[in-house]
Parts: sequence; structure tokens; C-alpha cells
Amino acid sequence: MKIIILLISISVVVAIVFLVAFLWAMKSGQYEDTYGPSVRMLFDDNVKKDENKTEK
Amino acid sequence: MQTTLPKKPVAEKTYCYHCGDECLFEPILAHEKHFCCEGCKTVYELLQDNGLCDYYELEQTPGLSLKQPKSSEAYEFLNEEVISKKLIDFTDGKTTKVTFYIPAIHCSSCLWLLENLPRLESSVISSRVNFVKKELTIAFQQDNVSLRKIVELLASIGYAPLITLEDEAKEQKKTSSPNRKLYAQLGVAGFCFGNIMLLSFPEYLGFDGDEEYLKKFVGYLNFLLALPVVFYSAQDYFVSAFKSLRKKFVNIDVPISLGIAALFLRSTYEVFLGGEAGYFDSLAGLLFFLLIGKWFQSKSYDHLSFERNYTSYFPLAVLKWVDGATRNIPVSDIKKGDILLIRNKELIPADGILISPSASVDYSFVTGESDPVKRTQNDLLYAGGRQQGASIKVLIEKNVSQSYLTQLWNHSSFVKENEEQYQQLINVIARYFTMAVMVLATGAFIFWWQQSPTLAVNAFTAVLIVACPCALALATPFTLGNTMVMMGKAGLFLKNTHIIEKMATINRLVFDKTGTLTYAKDGDVTLGGRYSDDELQAIFSVTSHSTHPLSRKLHELLSQRFTQKLPVDKFKEIENKGIEAAVNGKEYRIGSPSFCFEEARVSTTEGNVVYLAIDGITRGHFSIRTKTRSGLKQVIQKLAASFKTTLLSGDRSTEQTLMKEVFPEETPMYFNQTPEMKLEYVATCQASGEKVMMLGDGLNDAGALQKADVGMAISEDVASFSPASDAILDAGSFEKLPTFLLFSRRARQIIFICFGVSFAYNIVGLSFAMTGMLTPLLAAILMPVSSISIVALSTVLVRLVAGRLKLT
Repeated sequence: MKIIILLISISVVVAIVFLVAFLWAMKSGQYEDTYGPSVRMLFDDNVKKDENKTEK
Repeated sequence: MQTTLPKKPVAEKTYCYHCGDECLFEPILAHEKHFCCEGCKTVYELLQDNGLCDYYELEQTPGLSLKQPKSSEAYEFLNEEVISKKLIDFTDGKTTKVTFYIPAIHCSSCLWLLENLPRLESSVISSRVNFVKKELTIAFQQDNVSLRKIVELLASIGYAPLITLEDEAKEQKKTSSPNRKLYAQLGVAGFCFGNIMLLSFPEYLGFDGDEEYLKKFVGYLNFLLALPVVFYSAQDYFVSAFKSLRKKFVNIDVPISLGIAALFLRSTYEVFLGGEAGYFDSLAGLLFFLLIGKWFQSKSYDHLSFERNYTSYFPLAVLKWVDGATRNIPVSDIKKGDILLIRNKELIPADGILISPSASVDYSFVTGESDPVKRTQNDLLYAGGRQQGASIKVLIEKNVSQSYLTQLWNHSSFVKENEEQYQQLINVIARYFTMAVMVLATGAFIFWWQQSPTLAVNAFTAVLIVACPCALALATPFTLGNTMVMMGKAGLFLKNTHIIEKMATINRLVFDKTGTLTYAKDGDVTLGGRYSDDELQAIFSVTSHSTHPLSRKLHELLSQRFTQKLPVDKFKEIENKGIEAAVNGKEYRIGSPSFCFEEARVSTTEGNVVYLAIDGITRGHFSIRTKTRSGLKQVIQKLAASFKTTLLSGDRSTEQTLMKEVFPEETPMYFNQTPEMKLEYVATCQASGEKVMMLGDGLNDAGALQKADVGMAISEDVASFSPASDAILDAGSFEKLPTFLLFSRRARQIIFICFGVSFAYNIVGLSFAMTGMLTPLLAAILMPVSSISIVALSTVLVRLVAGRLKLT
């Protein structure tokens, strides 16, 4: 049954990794704007530059 | 937004390609698209030239109406270093970073366009939108482009940033950091709570004799997990308790801190020396639930907080006349002897003497009277007035801090009891509660000391642990927070939750008439007859010269369509009749029926009717209506049944008979009231022991709103808040006023119920603790259960009551 000490320790360490991940996500501002990134990733990077030129 | 809806002379409804508004007049055709105004068309062309037409593909008609463009000098103040410094986040001499609060951000097209700003202005290095906060952060090369240019560019595409002295974006930034800390504290507490609970399971189920090592291991692990909870998550409670003790004042955080400290110290002792499991699970759970309560509280505050900041009423910068040229200076820099140029519709920021030949000042902000006052050279102009018409020059007589409006504002009787002095129910209870707990704990300690010192220490700490008023602390914020949210949904916005407690004690209601019971400024304007574009533009130009409220109304309506004024000759305003002028060789007359060669056909009971004649031929009329609020009589009758009522009006007593019908006979009514008189009346009522709620429309009764126990502003448009008020009632929810007042009383009762339940928990817990029978298991169950049940109870009760009162 002594193995349980190791197992508990590992599980706590894994849990701490997730806690740190949460704290990092929060510090880096990922919860500040929950709408923007979902739309931003869908925008085209190259907006019709050619169209612009033909019109001029 | 314009509240006036004219009848459309256009037969078919057309919608603007840019902003999606209905085109009220002949739409402008360009690039095979319809636009409602020149502003919208210009934005479209600007975007098209830069290949940014994707803007229109992401969302339908994403644009913002530009019907009322700002004058080109509107942002001149940004050239002033004093002002721009306040706005800039960061600068290294080359690159400057600035964050704007842009209320207009509303869809993904906005986000896309604003983030493509570098394509419109090459000196902009990057721009980033925070959609939720409606903020735009821009980095630009300051050598190539000025801050003003950036703001003007934003304004020209319809995203004018909101800039005030107390910049709102800056305020939000300040509040965001403690919020982040709270989330981190909550996260840590939740993490530790979950793990400690899991690790405590074996303890509750019982260990076998040979598993002593496991028990020790779990104990140490729990201790390690509890450390961040106590030293990080519980930090704020200790700090707050320490601060309040230093001020010789006991707040609710004192017993909480005491309980946390006792719980931690005793558990540590038990784990390391006593060989028991301790109460770490209760400790972490306690903190977790307390922080959830705090988070909920700050969340509801965030939603509905607004600043009581009068500086936002004045234009940020004013034009100062120096050596024949104008310079922008911030309002706070105005000094006696300065000469200021006040343009059309600008507020006079300080008392001064008129230098220009004549001025026409609208004091509706101060007196409630909407008719403008004529002033001639050398007359004294009071601050708070609004110039109507051509620009005037004013020699400032007093510094801003002394001027009329600030005087009114800073009047000593104006300052409401400080929030700290104001004894919140919870703090009063906390004081006695803490004392009682200390007495009980000491009593138990002394009682058990003779029998067994160990038992005495146990009982002492157990009393502190179990009496920790977590349920008590949660009852108020949850009940009031829920109530505030429910009220917000129904159209009443509160400054903070204390207002609910104050509302519950009100026994006199004082009403302002103008803008509160009647729509003063707001009437329907109906365009009767057909006119050509040229004629409408001529009317627009003519009315711009008149300060008569009806011409203004008409002008306002037409300014949606036109920006260019035509030259106007022979302008003449004849009192009680109307105005006459010549435009493009045609003679225009706008005014009373006889003045415009017309028999009065439209009945005048509907409100005011203005006729129009061109070259001596009647062409049509405009009717402008004023109304009383819907359901006014029923609301007043309901309120009069349980409250004393008073009517105070800044207007002349013309509507007295109408008001007599609405109010019960014994209601005192006062007319021609100045703001000071209103304030004095409220003060008199308060002196005789009454709790007064003042209902007004904003600045002209600002003093009374501030002085009253609860100052409620009634607003057509919730965005235009009154800084003096404690609460803002959406005009559409006026009929619910009696319900709101009843709801606030119910909320108070709900708090008492929750207190009762929470006390019952405490009595049960205390009785166990006093007799030295408190086990870790019992404490662990009792505390979270009491907290959760209080939260659930208050939420359910508030929703139940709101449903009963038909608020939702």
C-alpha cells in the first residue's frame, strides 16, 4: 500500500501543472476578451490588395 | 439616437448600406448603393479606396450613423500635452501606445476594421481590440502622426473614442488588476479545496492501525496545500481586518480572519503534534466559498457601476483667447481673467462676463427651464449654461472650482455620509457578533480550564471556528447582488448594492416635474406636407439661427439630413409669431398659423404646431408634442398609498391643474424652484426625520438628488447618466417604480431571513463547540453546507419575490 504515497504525489503534481496552466492563462490575459480571438482567427490575412489596385 | 420619428416623405423604405438606418429622406446613390447621409457615403468611399470592403461582408450594415458629425475643432485639445499625457499608456519618444474606450464597438466587422487600421494610416504600427471591454490599443509612430490625427481618423470612420478627464478606459484598467488577483485567489483556493477534500476521505472513512504512515502523509500534504490558501487566498481578509482594527473599528473581516487563523493554527498543531487530521478541508472550503461570494459581488458591481464624476459634464478642453488666436486649455486650467470662446451648444464652464454683444443661454441644465435666456454685453453669465447660436467671448470672473455649478456640487451639505461612516447592516451585526463570539469562546475556555486544559483550548478554538460568520457574510452580498441584477434587468440601475438597503427605508418621495413626470425635451415631430430637398435645406439653414425650442427641435430633425448651411438673408424673429428669412431669393416663414397665412386647422391640444409658408403660400406644418409618462396617474396613486409625496418643479406653474389631477390633494406642490430650493426642501424633510427619495432628471436637480437618501434619475437613454444620482431608472420602466420600492423592502426581509438561518447554524455549531464536542467532520460539513444553503436560499427567495412582483 506504500505505492499510494507515490500515486498521490504524482496526482497532486499533475494537478499543480493544471493550476499553473490556469494561472498562466489568466495572467496572459486570455480571459480578458473571450469574444475577439474567436472571430479574429477567421479573418483573411491577405485582404484583397489586388482589387484595390484595379480600382485605382 | 434620435427619438424623433418624422413621417417619411419617401414612399419606399430604403436602408443605408453603411449603417442600416432607414433613409428618412431621398437616399444618396453612389457606387450602386444607397446611403442615408454624406457621412456614411464618405466612410464607404474611404474604406473602398483602401480595399477594406470586407468590412461589409462580415456583418450586414455594420457601420455607424454619422449624421451628427463633430466639428473639426472638436479634438483640438489633444494637441495639448497636459491632456494627451493623461491618455497615453506608454511612449519611448518614437513609438506611442494609447488605449481608447470606444463604445461603438459592437460586431466582428468593427473588430476587423479597427485591427486593419494600419492600412488606413501607415504610421499606425499595430492596433488591437478588446471586444469585451470595447477597448482599442494602438501603437503608432508619434513623429509621423499626432494623437489628434488618430482620434480624428477613428471619429471619421464612426468609431469616436470616448474621452473624458477621468478617462473611463483608464479607470477600467485600474480595476482589472485586483479582479485578476481575485480570480487567481479563487483558482488557488478551489484547487486546494478539491485536493484537500479528496485527501481527507480516508480520514473520514477511518484508517486501520497499520496505516499510520498514510495518515501522517495525508496530514502533511494537507498542511502544504493549506499554506497557499491561508497566505495567498485569504490575504485580503487579513489585510482588511488589520486595517479596520487599526482604525478601532470592527468589520466582518475581523471574525473571519480570526476564524481562519484559529482554524489554521489549531489544524497545524493537531497534524504535527496531536496526530489528528485537523480542519484543513473546512479551511480551504471556507475560503473557496467566501471568495465565490466576493467574486459574485465584484461581478455585480462591475456591471452596474458608474462614476459620480461631474467633470464629464463639461467639455474637456475650452478655447482660450490669447493674442487674437484661440488655444485649447483643459477645464481645470481656467483662471480668473481668461477670455474663453464658447461655441454653439458648448457649456459655460465658469462664471464670466459676456464680451460679445449678445448671447442666448440655455440654463436647462441648471434651472430646468428650457427657454433660453437672452444676455447682452457686460452681463454676468453663470456656469452650467449652454450657449445657443453664434460663438461668444466670455471673460472669466471666478476660477472653475468656485463657479456656480461646482459650488452647487461642493456645497457642504452635498457630501453624502461617507461610505465608511455609513453603517452597513452587516458591519453593525459584525461588531456585536465578534464581541459575543469572543465572550463565548473565553467563557468556554474558563469553564473547561479546571477540568482539562486541552479541552479548554479545544473549545476556545472550536467556538471561533464554527462561529466564523461565513454564512452571515454571504447573506448580504448575495441577496443584494441578486436584487440589483433583477432590478437592472427590469430597468433600474443602481450605483451599488447599499442603495437597496437605503431604498427600503424611504418614506417620502419627492418628484421633479420636468423630464421626470413629463417628457420635457422629447416630443414627436411630425412633418406634414411634401417638400423638396432644397426647401428642406433652406428650412434647416433658417432654423439654425433661431434659438426658439421649436425651431431647435425642427433643426435637430433636419440635421440628420443636412450639414451644409445655405446663406440666409433678412433673418427676423418676431416674438409670439415666428421667424422669417430669405434663402435663394425665396421668402420663408415659419411660425404660427396666422403668420403663415393659414387658419388653425390642426387642433392645438396635441401640442405645438408650427406652420411653414414659402413666398406667401402655406406649404405645410410640423407638430411637436409633449407628453406625460404613461401610467403616471396609477403609479402616483399606488405610491401615495404608502409614501408621502411632494412635487417640485423648476418650471412655471402652467401644468398645475394637470398635476393636481395626478397627485392626491394633500401633496405639497412647489413651482419655480431653483436647484438650491429643491436641495433645501429635501434637507428640511430629512431634518424632520424623514428618509427622502428624490426623483429627477439629472443636473438641474443634481443637488437634491445628491442630498436625498436615494437620488434616482429618470433617463430616456440609460447611457446618459447623471453623476449625482444613486440610481438610474429607465424611462420605459417608470410604471414599475412602486414595484421596485416594494422589492427593496422584500430584499431587506430576505436578508433577515438569511441572517436567521445563519444564526441557527451558528447556534447549533456553537452548542457543540462549547461542550467541547466539535469534531473535524462536523465542522467540515457544517460550514460549507451553511454557506451553500445561504447562497441558495437568498438566490431562490430573491427570484421568487421578483417573480411574484412580476418584475421579470
